[in-house]
Amino acid sequence: MLNQSDPILRLENIGKYYGRFQALADISLSVQIGEKIVICGPSGSGKSTLIRCVNRIEAHDSGRVIVAGHELTAKTRQISQIRQDVGMVFQSFNLFPHLTILQNCMLAPIKSRGLDRSDAEKIAQNLLSKVHIANQAHKYPAQLSGGQQQRAAIARALCMKPQLMLFDEPTSALDPEMVQEVLDTMAELASEGMTMLCVTHEMSFARQVADRVIFMADGRIVESSPTEEFFRNAQSERARSFLRRVDL
Amino acid sequence: MFELLSQPAPDGGTYGKWLLSGLTWTMALAIAGWAIAFAVGVAIGTGRCLSGRTIPAICRVYVEIFRNIPLLVQMFLWYFVLPELLPPNLGDWLKQLAPPWGNFLPAVLCLGLYTASRVAEQVRAGIEALPPGQKEAAIALGLHPRHVQYYVIVPQALRLLIPSLTSEVMGIYKNTSVALTIGVMELTAQARQISEMTFQTFPAFAAVTITYLVLALIVWAGMTWLEHHLAAPTSTACDPRPVFLPPVKEENR
Amino acid sequence: MNNFDVSFILDSLPYLLKGLQFSLILTAVAFSCGIALGTILALLVHLRVPVLGLIAKTYVALIRSIPLIMVLFWFFFLVPLFLGWLSGASRPVPVGATWTAFITFALFEAAYYCEIIRVGLRAVPKGQFEAAAALSLNPCATYLHVILPQVFRATVPIILTQTIILFQDTSLVYVLSLTDLLGAASKLAQISGRLTEFYLTIALIYLVICFGASQLVWRLRKKTKLQ
Repeated sequence: MLNQSDPILRLENIGKYYGRFQALADISLSVQIGEKIVICGPSGSGKSTLIRCVNRIEAHDSGRVIVAGHELTAKTRQISQIRQDVGMVFQSFNLFPHLTILQNCMLAPIKSRGLDRSDAEKIAQNLLSKVHIANQAHKYPAQLSGGQQQRAAIARALCMKPQLMLFDEPTSALDPEMVQEVLDTMAELASEGMTMLCVTHEMSFARQVADRVIFMADGRIVESSPTEEFFRNAQSERARSFLRRVDL
Repeated sequence: MFELLSQPAPDGGTYGKWLLSGLTWTMALAIAGWAIAFAVGVAIGTGRCLSGRTIPAICRVYVEIFRNIPLLVQMFLWYFVLPELLPPNLGDWLKQLAPPWGNFLPAVLCLGLYTASRVAEQVRAGIEALPPGQKEAAIALGLHPRHVQYYVIVPQALRLLIPSLTSEVMGIYKNTSVALTIGVMELTAQARQISEMTFQTFPAFAAVTITYLVLALIVWAGMTWLEHHLAAPTSTACDPRPVFLPPVKEENR
Repeated sequence: MNNFDVSFILDSLPYLLKGLQFSLILTAVAFSCGIALGTILALLVHLRVPVLGLIAKTYVALIRSIPLIMVLFWFFFLVPLFLGWLSGASRPVPVGATWTAFITFALFEAAYYCEIIRVGLRAVPKGQFEAAAALSLNPCATYLHVILPQVFRATVPIILTQTIILFQDTSLVYVLSLTDLLGAASKLAQISGRLTEFYLTIALIYLVICFGASQLVWRLRKKTKLQ
């Protein structure tokens, strides 16, 4: 099926429009298994749109998205197949407020993967203890702090055993003192070899975890370099001025 | 299908005329009832938000009584029971009022005061939804409490309220049909009467139903217009450009 | 005014209570059927299902623009014709006032519940749909387990308030000469001539029930607001 050397994700010339506004222009990108990529850039540059095209939360208008060897088309069955293998963590957590943390984690494995309750619960408990909130399992999202909610959301995504994780500004909605706990959880996940695509402004995290940094502006990939090189010697002026402005 | 309306009726007119007369009574009930409902409702709703104990309590009792008894039962209370409870000469005067006023008057009072309780609740909700800073600022300016309500609170609350008042206006015009139970010959009563006279139930009902739909459309359009023209300028609606410049056409992003 | 005769009321209390029982059953049936049908209609509109969504929208707008009494008359006239057509009989099938009342109230209330649920559906944050999609829940599971539970939770106070209004509206079956609470009182009042006593009594009964219910709803609303 998939060779070790095949990319888990390949984007070919992706274009995306909102009305006449071009959100993404000619994006090409390939992600190997185990690779950790941080996408950064000024707001409105299309970073979020880009990763939302990967699991077709937004539909791209042109180009090809290929996940684990399968091209994403409008076919519902196939989209749902791909979404099972791609986990996503949102800026605003998007936990289901009427379900407990544990139920949040068990819902999709039971309904989409067809696991039985006891297996799903075992997996969920496991992952919740991994993100250090096992004792909150029976609480409702609103009873947790922002940092705990985001870690729960990460656990929820992991319960589907995804091959690729997408993070859409996972710490932007958090109070400053809670940012680190979420970043630590993500770093831990990275060290276990998870393939990750993160949109974030946390440059220290990028430095510590990422294999490669992608800098976007105006819907285009301006620069894509190995992490060290990006921070030491960014090629474009826009990336350099961006780096000067963000806190290192 | 509607040739029925041009057919002669037993009273020498046409059935179309019957329908028009029904429409007149429906409109009269709705308009007069709404005048009462709005005036009383705003007063009671504002009263519920005043400081102090007595006035809010009285207003609350009013709302709970008029809101929690079915309109039809209230109709019967006004029509059958009230004349018995009044002093005999006043009660007799009411009972002997020449038709149709003997039926219309209780119906209008009933409809108006019932709807007033619902309007009052909306007004109260609107006032409570206002940011507290409004009242504080008005008091800080040294306004008399009455003027705080009259110039600052109520006008803003009413603007906020127009959408929910729209549904109350829709409610009162639909509720006019309940007046048929005490003998007011409004639209629905005419529909039934024409159908019983002619056995042409379908066209009779259809004509009246279409009339109701047109009324609903007029109410809706009117309230939308009102909402548009009374809307207080907000940060988005307010145009920051100097007035002497022609408006710039926004590029569609 | 004649002196208020309480013993008379007490004697006829069983008959009044039987009427009240009918009002309550009618309310319960209209509530459950109305919610079920209303949810379906709301989903058809919300999901913009071709043709069916438009039909649902038109139905709701139509029903909500016509007085309930008119709708009752319509159904009293139409349902027998419809059943006759359905069963292939050449004549209308008489269904009687009771069935008409049940059918009308269920269909009428469905339009009102639909509107409440539709607004509730619109109020669910977009992120909830996205999160469900990202977890690859199918549309059916998304609505059943994620979206609708939130909608019902958020709209319970409004739905219950509407149900109190529904209970009050059941008094309108008076126009079909049925014996609900009001119908029972009106029949007793006609026979005995004691209109004042009977109408005041049932007004009090309605007041107690509806006030009590609305207080409960108010408490519920306060409790859910705190969360």
